[in-house]
Amino acid sequence: MAKLKVALYWAASCGGCEISILDIGAKILDFVAGAEIVFWPCAMDFKYHHVEAMPDGSIDLTLFNGAIRTSENEYMAKLFRRKSKVLVAYGSCAYEGGIPGLANVTDREGIFKRVYDTTPSTKNPKGIRPQTKTKVPEGELRLPEFYDTVKTLAQTVDVDYFVPGCPPTGERTWEVLEAILGNNLPEKGSVVGAGQKTVCDECPRTKNEKKIKAFVRPHLVIPDPDVCLLEQGIFCAGFATRDGCGAQCIQVNMPCRGCYGPPPKVIDQGAKIVSALGSIIDAEEPEEINRILDQIPNPIGYFYRFGLPYSILRRRVIK
Amino acid sequence: MKRIGVFVCGCGINIAKTVDVKKVVEEIGHYPGVVYATDYQYMCSDPGQKMIQEAIEREHLDGIIVAACSPTLHEFTFRRASEAVGLNPYQCEIANIREQCSWVHQDKEIATAKAIKITKSIIEKERLNDSLSPISVFMTRRALVIGGGIAGIQAALDIADSGYEVILVEKEPSIGGHMAQLSETFPTLDCSQCILTPKMVEISHHPKIKLLAYSEVVNVGGYVGNFNVKILKKPRYVKEDLCNNCGECFKVCPVVVPNEFERGLGSRYAIYIPFPQAVPSICTIDADACLGLFPLACNKCKEVCEPNAVDYDMKPEIIEETVGAIVVATGYDLLPSEELKEYGNGRNPDIIDGLHFERLLSASGPTQGVIRRPSDGKVPKEVVFVQCAGSRDPEKHLPYCSKFCCMYTAKHALLYKHRVPDGQPYIFYIDVRTAGKGYEEFYHRVSEQEGVVYLRGKVSKIFQDGDGLMVWGVDTLTGKKVEITADMVVLATGAVPAEGSKKLFANLKLACDENGFLSEAHPKLRPVESLTPGFFLAGAAQGPRDIPETVAQAGGAASKVIGMFSQEMLLHDPIVAVVDENLCSGCKICISACPYDAREFDEEKNIVRVNELLCEGCGACVAACPSGATQQQNITDDQIREMVKVVLGE
Repeated sequence: MAKLKVALYWAASCGGCEISILDIGAKILDFVAGAEIVFWPCAMDFKYHHVEAMPDGSIDLTLFNGAIRTSENEYMAKLFRRKSKVLVAYGSCAYEGGIPGLANVTDREGIFKRVYDTTPSTKNPKGIRPQTKTKVPEGELRLPEFYDTVKTLAQTVDVDYFVPGCPPTGERTWEVLEAILGNNLPEKGSVVGAGQKTVCDECPRTKNEKKIKAFVRPHLVIPDPDVCLLEQGIFCAGFATRDGCGAQCIQVNMPCRGCYGPPPKVIDQGAKIVSALGSIIDAEEPEEINRILDQIPNPIGYFYRFGLPYSILRRRVIK
Repeated sequence: MKRIGVFVCGCGINIAKTVDVKKVVEEIGHYPGVVYATDYQYMCSDPGQKMIQEAIEREHLDGIIVAACSPTLHEFTFRRASEAVGLNPYQCEIANIREQCSWVHQDKEIATAKAIKITKSIIEKERLNDSLSPISVFMTRRALVIGGGIAGIQAALDIADSGYEVILVEKEPSIGGHMAQLSETFPTLDCSQCILTPKMVEISHHPKIKLLAYSEVVNVGGYVGNFNVKILKKPRYVKEDLCNNCGECFKVCPVVVPNEFERGLGSRYAIYIPFPQAVPSICTIDADACLGLFPLACNKCKEVCEPNAVDYDMKPEIIEETVGAIVVATGYDLLPSEELKEYGNGRNPDIIDGLHFERLLSASGPTQGVIRRPSDGKVPKEVVFVQCAGSRDPEKHLPYCSKFCCMYTAKHALLYKHRVPDGQPYIFYIDVRTAGKGYEEFYHRVSEQEGVVYLRGKVSKIFQDGDGLMVWGVDTLTGKKVEITADMVVLATGAVPAEGSKKLFANLKLACDENGFLSEAHPKLRPVESLTPGFFLAGAAQGPRDIPETVAQAGGAASKVIGMFSQEMLLHDPIVAVVDENLCSGCKICISACPYDAREFDEEKNIVRVNELLCEGCGACVAACPSGATQQQNITDDQIREMVKVVLGE
């Protein structure tokens, strides 16, 4: 049997997803026994023109990580869509927009202004900004266009499967690869490499009825290791996050940040978090409610940490 | 795909005037899934319903939408009509294009477009509706009545006379409420106690009534038909079955304190009965006043008690009862005079309220019916009555009208004039409201024939002036400032919900209005029912009202209870929350969100379950459930999303 042709690509991402493939450990040997890697920028020296030269549909599987933030990201997404039989949005950024997606609270100009003008370490008296085209004696230099809005992969091209996680865990990744290698594919559009319940289902802590009188940030307390973090006032997104990660963060006393995205029946993870927290804040008077809510320093960053582009909100309105 | 029929009602011109009904039909007729659409002038009429039924059969419809008035009005009508021809009633939905559309718009084009959107959104909802059947519930045919004033007494007697058991709970040592404190009642001037005490006696002897006086409801669990009630029986320190009310203990008790029943104008001992006709006729030891129950410093009453009823070791007791229905008749209190700074802050003994004056008028009161002012016992010759003291004053006090003060003030002035013929009563009023049988005639008698001076205007200030009270007011009819030196002032203070009712209502999870009075299920059509099934309302707990109205309403509440008890089974609406076991992770967030305690945790499966009999379908848990595992029957997130999409034109 011919080996499956597999590509990996990183768009707007930190690179963690690319490396996380290696979290499958020694199984990587089983993987390469059945698959031929045709593109993997983090690990192997292929060029874009190699992909461009391949016949359409010749790649069996592309694991695409990272969000779509620039024209280059978009070009590569479209390219891999064309060249691949199965395109997988691998990791939170490709699936939901991820951390880069939080940029949707501002726009290109807002970001440029911060990065090229107002950061304390920047000195840019000429107001130099990146240009898509720059003439130099040797010719024309080009940079990809930086978009106002970060999009998910599926908002850019048709996607076959979604693997959540920042990054996806090794066990789950192997399950997905195994399923693909064994041609044991689920229904198109499915979220794979994850469960159907929430992180609470995997969390070993004791859970009680919840009444929250105060929120506290995790670095300010040493939480009780056996009791639900949320009940201790630490904002934990596990209740509104799909399971599959094994509640790894929670087991080392860190709250869930929500990287596995919304559970199957939820569309907008942040809205669900707001609605659930609103139901358990234990206060009667508006002033007290406000006082408690003010203890969450950055609501959009907490509630939409990984999924702003994917959510119903998508971004701040551009006037 | 479901075959859907749409029936658009013109409601005479109520809808047709601002909504182009024909256009709605035409547009909806082309909407996916709609196989039949028509309009009619009055869908709710017999021919209209028949038209729907014929269409269901002829067109083999799987679901229908009636675009008409609010579902609170005719949803039942159309669901019953659908059921009669074999369509599950929960496949019939109402699109409200009257209250939410035609009545609130003028522009026909915009209103028509909106009516189309509303109807389309309901079609999207109906598309995903399940066929449901009501849930049958067994019920306990025993009622709880909270409050032993005239409202509670009447409701308890009416229910008990129909053969059902009643538990009547009263927080004070005796039933009777405020009516027992009144001297005579307007407009007939019947002696209040003379007409009330026979009913009180009836309560104490009724074989179907269990009276728990000096007791309070502390918790209600369960659901309509099967409430589990916890009642705290406060210790009287006197054994109820032994005390014969001989009165020997009063003679030896060394402690004298103001008597609450006399509103402090008379006194009682630390061991007491509040008034001679009290029911139950049993002494109570006031633990706060008694020289010392803990540790015991005096045992004089125990020494003289022949039946040996005094028991200093008595403990509070929790009594648990199961009942099917609850009548809330907790009544009112008067706005404390302390809140009326402009009228002496409640500190001047000669500025009294209406109930004080009732006690002064009462033949069994502290002065045996002779009107004496509290400070020095002098018979007051000039008395000023101030109506609307704290009422109809949205800036500072109560925004509402307390309804009975105009009439009782007229009665007070009349009775005063009869007792003190050379005295002069003045009444300051804003308006005189006398809507009630014989009330206007009574007012005319008082204002025209009895020498009472009515002054239209407010009193701005009352203060001590030598031996008397200076009353500053204004007569708005003459535009002049009025100054009266009075011997005594009677404030017709507004009525507020009885002390402790806020806590009780919160405990019972009953909806209240902004003034703390209980809210009825519908202000016109369901005036004696609470929104919470199984709770019925009687008397001034729902808003200030006089005796005849209270008695009529208590009878209404009782007949609702009797009607419920006479059914074979209770039917519960199947629009409840359900939990998808495959999605629930047992985070327990929903449990505290449920106002009806309808959610319970299944330890074994690590999921939460819904007790569908307790669930009232409010949807709080659906909003709270962070995993989307909880959905409301026929109002699922998927349905709401499809509806929103249509409305936003996506």
